[in-house]
Amino acid sequence: MSIELKMPALSPTMEEGTLSKWLVKEGDEVKSGDILAEIETDKATMEFEAVDEGTIGKIVVPEGTEGVKVGTVIAVIGGDGEAVSAPAPAAAPAPAEAPAPAPAAKAEKPAAAPAADPEIPAGTNMITVTVREALRDAMAEEMRRDDRVFVMGEEVAEYQGAYKVTQGLLEEFGAKRVIDTPITEYGFAGIGTGAAMGGLRPIVEFMTFNFAMQAIDHIINSAAKTNYMSGGQMRCPVVFRGPNGAASRVGAQHSQNYGPWYASVPGLIVIAPYDASDAKGLLKAAIRCDDPVVFLENELVYGRHFELAQLDDHVLPIGKARIVREGKDVTIVSYSIGVGLALEAAETLAGEGIDAEVIDLRTLRPLDTETVLKSLAKTNRVVVAEEGWPQCSIASEIVAVCMEQGFDDLDAPVARVCNEDVPLPYAANLEKMALVDAARIVEAAKKVCYR
Amino acid sequence: MPCAVLRRARRRNDLLAKAASKSAASSKKNAEPAVTDSAASDDNFALRSLQDEHARQKRFDASTEEFLEFYQKMLLIRRFEERAGQLYGLGLIGGFCHLYIGQEAVAVGIQSALDEGKDSVITGYRDHGHMLAYGIDPKIIMAELTGRQAGISHGKGGSMHMFSTDHAFYGGHGIVGAQVPLGAGLAFAHKYREDGGVCVAYFGDGAANQGQVYETFNMASLWGLPIVFVIENNQYAMGTSVKRSSAETHFYRRGTAFRIPGMQVDGMDVLEVRQATEIAVKHVREGNGPVLMELSTYRYRGHSMSDPAKYRTREEVDGVRQTRDPIEHAKAELIERGIAEDKLKQIDADIRARVTEAADFAENSPEPAPSELYTDVLVGSY
Repeated sequence: MSIELKMPALSPTMEEGTLSKWLVKEGDEVKSGDILAEIETDKATMEFEAVDEGTIGKIVVPEGTEGVKVGTVIAVIGGDGEAVSAPAPAAAPAPAEAPAPAPAAKAEKPAAAPAADPEIPAGTNMITVTVREALRDAMAEEMRRDDRVFVMGEEVAEYQGAYKVTQGLLEEFGAKRVIDTPITEYGFAGIGTGAAMGGLRPIVEFMTFNFAMQAIDHIINSAAKTNYMSGGQMRCPVVFRGPNGAASRVGAQHSQNYGPWYASVPGLIVIAPYDASDAKGLLKAAIRCDDPVVFLENELVYGRHFELAQLDDHVLPIGKARIVREGKDVTIVSYSIGVGLALEAAETLAGEGIDAEVIDLRTLRPLDTETVLKSLAKTNRVVVAEEGWPQCSIASEIVAVCMEQGFDDLDAPVARVCNEDVPLPYAANLEKMALVDAARIVEAAKKVCYR
Repeated sequence: MPCAVLRRARRRNDLLAKAASKSAASSKKNAEPAVTDSAASDDNFALRSLQDEHARQKRFDASTEEFLEFYQKMLLIRRFEERAGQLYGLGLIGGFCHLYIGQEAVAVGIQSALDEGKDSVITGYRDHGHMLAYGIDPKIIMAELTGRQAGISHGKGGSMHMFSTDHAFYGGHGIVGAQVPLGAGLAFAHKYREDGGVCVAYFGDGAANQGQVYETFNMASLWGLPIVFVIENNQYAMGTSVKRSSAETHFYRRGTAFRIPGMQVDGMDVLEVRQATEIAVKHVREGNGPVLMELSTYRYRGHSMSDPAKYRTREEVDGVRQTRDPIEHAKAELIERGIAEDKLKQIDADIRARVTEAADFAENSPEPAPSELYTDVLVGSY
């Protein structure tokens, strides 16, 4: 039984190489691990080891030969004649049998139609709560419902939350389920992700998403990609939540909006609600979700009051935008704190005879393009308002979607109203200049309406 | 601190150091005391207590059947990895491929001490050997390496990203060091559920220099998580030797600042690995918090397939192969115990046949269906 030795691929990119030197000659006995030859690849000179035992029968390609294609037979080893005669070991199959290129058949990406918000039954009691309370109640309700749910993060327990979002949870659920971590974002994001892989339902609070940059490797490489890389075996039902975007006068390192970063990653759900009802309903949905969720809150919105339906189980659909103000002249698309500015702009515009429709995206990934395109078809004009930088933003994504899928409906180019393209300054006047505001949205809306 | 306590502490250090140097014959590094005064003088925390216990009995008293099983598993890993290297050479395996050849005793010894169905395991990108040690079918591992539908991740993970939740094997992680906090998360889940399980998190001497490892040590110790941290010290982080990368090359000491007891183990002796693991796992399972094991081992091949390994001499590699090879040592010992050479040859032939079967399967299985491109991105539909 003889074994053909073939020119090996010794790097991910190697197609051919130089057979620099033979270290054995015909007739030599070789055993597993012996170096047979030196081969120069596109990267380096590599040693070529024997895997099987036997006698070098024939050296087919002499040393010094350049441009030897991967898979070419370079030598033949005679079998050792032992009882190891089982199926032909080594490189029997020809490289021609190597994987054929993927069939040309175009795979269809399955599309799921997002569900609509459940109807609020008539006569439901409406209460006024802050976003902070709504978030806390969402966590508390889910923790009562499912004992796998726990909260971890900096100052979430004894301090009652750096922004008091976890207020009262320690008292109700105890230290086993409300866990203060050291200041170690990378580490605890990894532990939270691992706990989710191990079957729990962690809520990992970042004091701000600015600090989550230290942990982004786990959010993306560990949480978002593992289900895919494992062929669907490894679930990672973790929620990463905390305030995102600019607060007030905290400078560039504490003021960034990471929505576009996370929204660019397949495998993640990214939610950025504005009002209390969406905050509660979507956080509950996020905690129940089997996928990893990045839940972006806003510090400036925590204390705002909104109406909330008093329901036993207020859960909203992920991936569904909401029309928060109907209008017919122009569509203003926004999310998070930008929705408040968009509504303010819409009021001003109404005073000037422009009827603006305001869409709150609520979920940034998967993005509800259908609601945006429907509105575009109605108003034929779109402004995107975003508290964040313009380049590679959610705004630029909406612009692309409108251009690619709604081109015929557009009566004007889509306008972006974003923060100035600078690190956020500290000085009050400069900070104000840098951030998106209602006046700029009004101006852009008028422009796309040619007014 | 009173002088008497200090002196007593020093004396204890000397004794421990002596025990350690006597026991760890392969190491030249045991000359200095292993413990700092303050740590040793703390009655609640004797850094080398587990090493002490390990030194009392270094090797597992395996029955011949058990020993044969370890041998077979190690040999399966070696033959499998050799074949993977070959398939790489044929272009059937692409990208990165990190072989476990030389390190077999680590995964096999540790796995044998775990409670299957209860304990969990996580490792880095050099993962094929671990998967074989946990009894995962070589066919589906090899099919993943060749990127086929039948692969354990349906061909979507590749060499570095393989998982088997059935075997509580949680990967297979390509980012150096990421598996350490993830492992602590698995340990957190064991503790939270009170299921009595322990997590074993493997990482290398290279990963041991990642910051997240120490963030994890701190929390694992603070929260008493049931985890065994296993540093597979194969002497090289890709091409950088431990001496060139690490201020403290005695990795078992790296938990000291976090009050994690360390153990120094010969990772080339499967029976020593097994025995040491029993001590570590018992300590952890009894609720005493994490243990850090350093297993001294060696990889014979390059870091990955395209590594010419010019940072070490051929003599160094041959020296380890000739004097410390875990499989050759086990083989010699089995022969000493009266196992016939013919039987060992038959075992080798059987394993080669199994590996050939796996390779054939991996080569002949179809590639993933195009529709597989879009599956498993998200679990839910939204």
